[in-house]
Order: sequence, then structure tokens, then C-alpha cells
Amino acid sequence: MAAIEILGLEKTYMVGFWRKRPKRALHPLHLSVEEGEIFGFLGPNGAGKTTTLKMLMGLVFPTAGTARILGKDWTDPEVKAQIGFLPEQPYFYDYLTAHELLDYYGQLSGVPAKDLKHRIEEMLQRVGLTDVKGVQLRKFSKGMLQRVGIAQAILHDPKLVFFDEPMSGLDPLGRREVRDLIEQLKREGKTVFFSTHILSDAEALCDRVAIIHKGELRGVGAVEELTSAVQGKVEVIWQGTQTPSSMKALGAECHVTGDTVRAVIPESQQDAAIDALRREHLRLIAITPLRTSLEAYFVEKLQHSQTTAGTTK
Amino acid sequence: MNARIAHIASNTFREAVRDRVLYNLIAFALLISAAAIFVGQISIDIERLVVVNLGLAAVSLFGVVIAIFIGIGLVSKEIEKRTLYTVLSRPVRRWEFIVGKFFGLAGTLVVNAFFMAIGVFGALLYVAHKFSAPDALILVALYFIVLEFLIICSLALLFSSFSSPLLSAVFAFSLFVIGSFADDLRGFAGLTHGFARWIATGAAYLVPNFSALNVISAVAHQQTIGSQLILQNTLYALFYTTMALSGAVLIFERRNLK
Repeated sequence: MAAIEILGLEKTYMVGFWRKRPKRALHPLHLSVEEGEIFGFLGPNGAGKTTTLKMLMGLVFPTAGTARILGKDWTDPEVKAQIGFLPEQPYFYDYLTAHELLDYYGQLSGVPAKDLKHRIEEMLQRVGLTDVKGVQLRKFSKGMLQRVGIAQAILHDPKLVFFDEPMSGLDPLGRREVRDLIEQLKREGKTVFFSTHILSDAEALCDRVAIIHKGELRGVGAVEELTSAVQGKVEVIWQGTQTPSSMKALGAECHVTGDTVRAVIPESQQDAAIDALRREHLRLIAITPLRTSLEAYFVEKLQHSQTTAGTTK
Repeated sequence: MNARIAHIASNTFREAVRDRVLYNLIAFALLISAAAIFVGQISIDIERLVVVNLGLAAVSLFGVVIAIFIGIGLVSKEIEKRTLYTVLSRPVRRWEFIVGKFFGLAGTLVVNAFFMAIGVFGALLYVAHKFSAPDALILVALYFIVLEFLIICSLALLFSSFSSPLLSAVFAFSLFVIGSFADDLRGFAGLTHGFARWIATGAAYLVPNFSALNVISAVAHQQTIGSQLILQNTLYALFYTTMALSGAVLIFERRNLK
């Protein structure tokens, strides 16, 4: 069953003070996210990611279209008990402590009172906030608030979690922890839908991604599929510090790092490269087809859309 | 009251209690009560009159200021600070949020009025040395003041649901001032003719009738308050509050939270 089915959601805002004119924030969007997958919603700033998430959360009303979440109509209040949401750069009631905030959200989400205290401690521990009892949120750093935001999103054990830029404001260690947490959520059978413009996070985490630009969906697919376009080149790695002349003759671009050498050669020269290394008695470590990175795919899609827009004009 | 409304109300109450401005206003109200004692001491034979008048007026005025000050930000501040996102993405209906906010603020004002009323009775005991039977009427005046707070709360919420805090404050305070002269406005409507009469009558009945809720002077002069007036004012305040809250809900239900 699809965890999320977006059926032609679109949003047009009226802008201007005297003469109102329509500005389309999101073109009709059709998207399906399967249960149990980590889905990345990628796009540059202002692409329409947050608008889409806000519509799914019922914070912004669509101009047209509908959606189904966990098999139910998205406006069904029961659905919201089974979803968690971390907004972009979350703000919370800063007069509360983390415990009080989670207690409030837990009550609103219908977590039984007998389980709540235990759940709060568990969540705070899970996001790495263990020593914050009695500290009001106004004294929290941006990274700590982001952690509280993640804790409140998963506090009620939702089946589906929406994260809007979850790594924002976190240091490298924090980002690593959030990545681990998202992977752990997947292992627990939860569906994670997260928007980001940090492609390395998406490439490392997501089963599938969608790319959105200027309110239009530009591409969707499994990360492996999108990055599987072999460029007709292979990467050869061997142990050593020098490049044999026979390898250079193959047109290899070689880079020495420590005691390994990495060379990129045309795929047609693969056998010749192996022979060359064997002749020089060098130990081959790996030979792998060179794949397109998600970043390259992303840039290509964005450039393509800009070219199309330019041609149309 | 459903549980979610109770939780939102309780959090609104907690926010108000932790707001330092609220404490300042209570301190100010206590200061006014102290002033009442002072004026009472220098007024010959009318100490009670002065203390009841000044004390109840202070309870009303400071309550209204608190209601407007907090009420105007109840919704708009949540939208501006985006704290609303993590509330409405839970199984909370928008009307529950508005009603919860209303009860939270109303509860704050009732508690506030309770403590200020203790101050008034304390001041009265200080100048009169004992309570007399007509002093019970002060409770009726306080009850009407609470009804006034309910109307102001709902109006502040109504304006807060579609306007900025500054404009909401202007609207709410203007309505409070106009509503305090609602009887005069109705009298004026009676003097006009034709189309102007329609307009004046409409406006006179549309603004909240705070003058009917103001029995401070009557209570200070130990005049009795009829049970019919108590019933009428109760029904009027509940009706007006429900209408204003319904308006707030209708607007908020359709609002995009950008």
C-alpha cells in the first residue's frame, strides 16, 4: 500500500496589493511513496518543497487536487495521529522546557498518560538531549531545537514521518546522528518523507527521490536507477604510489592518495588496464563502473528545465 | 470540554502565567487598590464608595488591558512564530485550537480577577473595618466584569485570527470604548430618522453592550441588581462570545498558514 498518494495537488497564490495576480507555487503534483521507504524530496530553495509539505499537513489549502495518506483521505483527523512532522527551522514555545513541550505534544497526539513520561525520556535520549531537565527552550541552541523538533515528530510512534530539512542547523556529528536515526526509523518499518537540498544526505539515505524545481516535478525514481547511468568509463584502483606508463598510454586520469592510485579509463580499455597492472605486478583493489552522482543528475534536471524554459520564451 | 481543548487551554494559561508582563499588570492593579485605600482615607464618609468604585474600575480596566494584550497575539503570534505548525499537524482541529485558546485566556483572566477582587475586598475591609450585606453585590459587579472579559477575549481572538497584533489591538480597544457607550449610541439611534436610523441602530446593536455590564457605580451606591439583569447579561455575554468565537473559527478554518 502506498503511504502517500499525492493526486494532482497544486497551489496558486494571489500576489500584489492593488492588482492581484496569480503566482503558481506548485504545478499539479502526482507522487506516490510506498510504505517503509525513505523518500527524499529534493529541490533548490523556493522549489515548492515546503508548500507541498504544508499542504499535506493541512496548514495550507491546495488550489486543486487531493491526497491520500496511509490509505485514508488526508483530511481525516485519524490520519494525523499516525504521522509526525518536523517543520523547517522549527520554533517552539520557548517558555517551556523540553519535557513540558513533549508532554504537551504527547497529550495532543493522544499518547496515554501512563506511557508519556517514559516515552519523553526515551525520545530525548534518542536525539541526544539527556541533560536538559528544567532548562527552558529559549536557552537552547539552534541544533538543540532541531533535536527537540525531531523528538516531537516521533514521540507518538507515528507510522509516517515528514521531515522538512532535518539536517538544518546541525553540526557534522549531529547530521550523522540524524542520518542514523532516519535509518533506524526505516528499520522499525516507518515511512520517512524528507525534503532537503543537501544531496549527499539524500544519496546516502533515500530509497527513492523526487526532484522538484520552480513548483514542477522534474524527475522521480530510485536513487540507484538515477545514478546508474554509466558514463562509459570505469574506475580502477590499485595499491602503489606510481602510475605505470602503460596505464598513462590508455588515457587514464590518475590520482595518488596515500598508498593507492585511482584511475578513470574508458570502459573499452578495461582489459588492457588489468593486463598492464598484472605486468607491473601491482595489486588491483577494485574496478567499478563510474556512475552518475545524484548531484550530477540533479544539476542536469535543473539545467534541462531552465533550457526548456528559455526555449519556450 | 474535550481533552485537546483542555490541553491547549492549559498551555495558554501556563504561557500567560510565565509572561512577566502579566505580573507587572497584577502589580499595577494592586497599586491601584493601594491608591483606593489612600483616597478612601482622605474622603470623609464616602470611603466605601470610593474604594468600591476605584477598585472595581481597576479590576475591569486591567483585566481588559490584559485580555487585549494577550488576546491579540494568541493566534497571530503562533502563526508568526510557526509554533502552530507542530500543533495543527497533530489530530487537533482548527476550531479546537481557537476554543482552547479562548478558554486558556478566559481562565487566566478569571484567576487574575479573583486575586484582584481579593485586593478590593481587602481594601474595603481596611476602610470599613467590617463587611455589610450590600457588599455581596460587589460579587455581582465582579461577575459582570468577568462576562465583559469573555466578550473582550473572543473579540481579541476574532481580530487575531485575520489581522496583525497592532491592528487587532486597535480594533479591540476601539470596540471596548464604543461598547462602553453602547447605551448612548442606542439613544442616539432613537433620535435619528430614515436610513440614518437604520445605520445607527445596526451599529448600536452590533457593538458589544459593555455599558449594560457596568454596574460598578450602582454597586458602590448599594443599589440592588435585579436577577433579571443578571440573567439578561449572562445570556447576552454568552451569545456575543459565541458569535465572535464562531467568526474567529470561520476565518481561521479557511486561513492558509504561509
